[in-house]
Amino acid sequence: MTSPSATADVLAPPAESDSDNYLTHDKGILSWLLTLDHKRIGVMYLMCVLGAFALGGLFALLVRTELLTPGKTIVEHDTYNQLFTLHGAVMVFLVIIPGIPAALGNFVLPLQLGAKDVAFPRLNLASWYLWVVGALFLVASLVTNAADTGWTFYTPYSTTTTTSVIPALFGAFILGFSSIFTGLNFITTMHKLRPPGMTWFRMPLFLWALYSTAVIQVLATPVLAITLLLLIVERFVGIGIFDPALGGDPVLFQHFFWFYSHPAVYIMIVPAFGVVSEIIASFSRKRIFGYKFIALSSVAIAILGFLVWGHHLFVSGQSVLAGTIFSGITFLIAIPTAIKVFNWIATMYKGRIHLDTPMLYALFFLWVFSIGGLTGIMLGVMSLDVHLHDTYFVVAHFHYVMMGGAVTAFFGGLHFWWPKMFGRMYDEKWGRTACGLLFVGLNLTFFPQFILGTRGMPRRYYNYLPEFQPLHQLSSMGAYLMGIAFLIVAIYLLRSLRKPMDAPANPWGANTLEWRTVSPPPYYNFHEAPEVAEGPYEYADWVYDKRERGYVRKTRGGTPHPGTSTGS
Amino acid sequence: MNTMFALLLGARLLGARLLGGELLGRLVAVAAPAGGLADPPKVPPSPSFWMPNSASNFAGATDGIFDALLWISLLCMFGLALAIVSFCRRYRATSREANEAAESQVDHSNTLEITWSIIPLFVVIGVFVVGFKQFVDLKTPPRAAYEVHATGQRWKWGFEYPEGLTHPELHVPLGKDVRVLIQSVDVIHSLYIPEFRVKQDAVPGRYTELWFKPTQVGTFPIYCAEYCGTSHSDMLSRVVVHTPEDFQAWVAEEIRKIEAMPLAELGELTFNQAGCSTCHSLDGSAKVGPTFKGVFGRQEKIFGQGTIVVDENYLRESILEPQAKLVEGFPPAMPTFKGQLSDRRILGLVEYIKTSASTGEPVPKAAAPDSAAPENKDAPPSNSPADAKGGHP
Repeated sequence: MTSPSATADVLAPPAESDSDNYLTHDKGILSWLLTLDHKRIGVMYLMCVLGAFALGGLFALLVRTELLTPGKTIVEHDTYNQLFTLHGAVMVFLVIIPGIPAALGNFVLPLQLGAKDVAFPRLNLASWYLWVVGALFLVASLVTNAADTGWTFYTPYSTTTTTSVIPALFGAFILGFSSIFTGLNFITTMHKLRPPGMTWFRMPLFLWALYSTAVIQVLATPVLAITLLLLIVERFVGIGIFDPALGGDPVLFQHFFWFYSHPAVYIMIVPAFGVVSEIIASFSRKRIFGYKFIALSSVAIAILGFLVWGHHLFVSGQSVLAGTIFSGITFLIAIPTAIKVFNWIATMYKGRIHLDTPMLYALFFLWVFSIGGLTGIMLGVMSLDVHLHDTYFVVAHFHYVMMGGAVTAFFGGLHFWWPKMFGRMYDEKWGRTACGLLFVGLNLTFFPQFILGTRGMPRRYYNYLPEFQPLHQLSSMGAYLMGIAFLIVAIYLLRSLRKPMDAPANPWGANTLEWRTVSPPPYYNFHEAPEVAEGPYEYADWVYDKRERGYVRKTRGGTPHPGTSTGS
Repeated sequence: MNTMFALLLGARLLGARLLGGELLGRLVAVAAPAGGLADPPKVPPSPSFWMPNSASNFAGATDGIFDALLWISLLCMFGLALAIVSFCRRYRATSREANEAAESQVDHSNTLEITWSIIPLFVVIGVFVVGFKQFVDLKTPPRAAYEVHATGQRWKWGFEYPEGLTHPELHVPLGKDVRVLIQSVDVIHSLYIPEFRVKQDAVPGRYTELWFKPTQVGTFPIYCAEYCGTSHSDMLSRVVVHTPEDFQAWVAEEIRKIEAMPLAELGELTFNQAGCSTCHSLDGSAKVGPTFKGVFGRQEKIFGQGTIVVDENYLRESILEPQAKLVEGFPPAMPTFKGQLSDRRILGLVEYIKTSASTGEPVPKAAAPDSAAPENKDAPPSNSPADAKGGHP
């Protein structure tokens, strides 16, 4: 705490907390590269993920610029194909999958749980290094001859193209292990390192979401690993698993690939549900509605998510029976998802709503994610999917879910925990402005793509018929607007780092444990081991203190406790 | 909801203005070739905002379930917007300093949870049943359907008719059930006809199928919907729906054209249709196989057999038994065309390679103005002559 509050009714925080926090505990680049501190690993992940996001965003802007006109605008066919492949691969494997769990989750999970660190700190560091190596492989192909297969690597195209597919596959393979390590670590941490009083049903919903995600990461990712490995071997020596010329089956690849990649969609979106649950409850100053339903619906989604991969294959030649089963289970997932949305809305009902930047992101999420979810139902209808499959409708749908859902929640979480991570408040006015611009930009980019899709414009098209040009141009304008908005976010966040630390321990009045320690937290997270005697969404004891510019906790006797001390 | 309508309206207005070229000229300074396609298929204007024209028996059902879901979605989004906006207005906190407590801390209601689980469950079960029934219809072609074979190949479609005709476009009779048996010779493609609401992947190593009954005379685009590499977006063709009488006349006329075609012209057509152009260039660049530029009369080093001069016999042998005399430095990649091309076709190919492919001179055309062979191999030929007894496997 740098803001001094030497008033009599506030207990003085322990002496070292003024200077000592995890950011200042050790100095030098090696103290970061060899750190075992989950908070530093989280921050390193955050920097890498944001860097990859900028790169993937640049590819997206190039793709959208190329699509301003049919035929050549700025690049040739092959370059365009490489650009959308890189955009997809970078955004999926480097940004959205590790975004919330590895970057935000690493920082927040032990704090929220009340633990000193994750269960296996060295494994945690190893997962970051694997991410870096995997990212290098994936991006290294940029300077050679980037893959042009699309991020899905469908055979036999991927085994016959002359571009460097193997480095990209190997990169994704390594990134998979990074993801498995993180998942393993989180599961163990939540099972073994809960402090006294932290029962399963007192865990914040973000942790429930991370737990469900971790289960998927650990169970599904090995399937991707073995699939990519088979593909690499097929390319190297032609073993004939997927290539029909050698007795293989190209549709088998699609089954393998989606057996991972559909659950992976939930690796991307379930943590977002967690973030949104935290934000909506905190900013409505009200207990979350239907805690158990939200928590268990994450688990239900994680389980059902394993059984729907075939809905990507309705027109691939898969049997009608298989399609029917996959379609049916796909619809079942709508139920736990709908339950979450209804419970979030019910949480806001009769709350006291503060519309700060994180809450704006959460509301933004509710709107765009619902559009993504409802269009997902349309795509789950087999007959309708025959028309819409592989058109821009699908592109719009998964961007509403991935960009509008996962990325929006990631940025909401980033704004929510930014004061905790770096001890600084960002400029609230710019925060809200950028969020508003993003909202307009995102809808402007992706809504026209629904219309393109229903009218029959296939995806991954370099060239298109002139009839589709106006909608493509609208979409590109939206993309530029989002580019500007993200630039604004980068500027005000970086600027906040230059000022002295001014964030209170608990700027939002949230009741999860990370807000009971100083901002930024000390090296060992808590000055006193936290004890948990209540659920995570009890806000009655938190009172806003003007001098603190944050919330402090009343003791049971009625005297306010500083937010810096651990509650009891 | 409001946002959605505003967006729709905006898209419509702006779209109209952009189409008018007012903004377009200013926004896009880069001059682009018209679509990059020599002869793109035209999309006929549709009366519906969302869907393309309805030109097959499936359009009604597919659009029906889409409309139903669209209205359900709009209703949901309207409810959501209403809840978000009204809650944010009614329950908005005045300030942090005011320390207002929430009006209620009620945090669960099993009745509510069950209600909002059961209602969506019934809705999705209903939607699932409708989608299932429609899908079974889509997947069950009538026994007596007219059968056309479609072949996907990077980057063109070929259609083979039971009358012994191969053509780059799909021509079908109005009101007749048509079954299309689909295959691919290289990677996965996907045959997509938006106006018919049908799509099916072409998977190498197996046959897939789709069927439809055209309900509207006209010409509609065919796309490749599964990414297949460089010119994926140019892998276009057309479906042309004729009245049954016109269709018979069209088939007869195409067959007659092929039979009457001069040899070199037939050869050029075969060069483009049978896939020769994928591996053999006309401009001197080496692809998978040797270029045809200047090939006739050229001395070639044959792998393990010394040097030969390319003549008619060598060309014929290379089409029928490609591996017999391989030019040095090229892989044994070419499939045999024995039994796949008619004698007249082979003769035509030899004639074409010997004359214009080798020399670069244009192929002399037959007198009839409507029998121009396609010049641009990247563009889907439109009114190009068809071909009897031939085509690639």
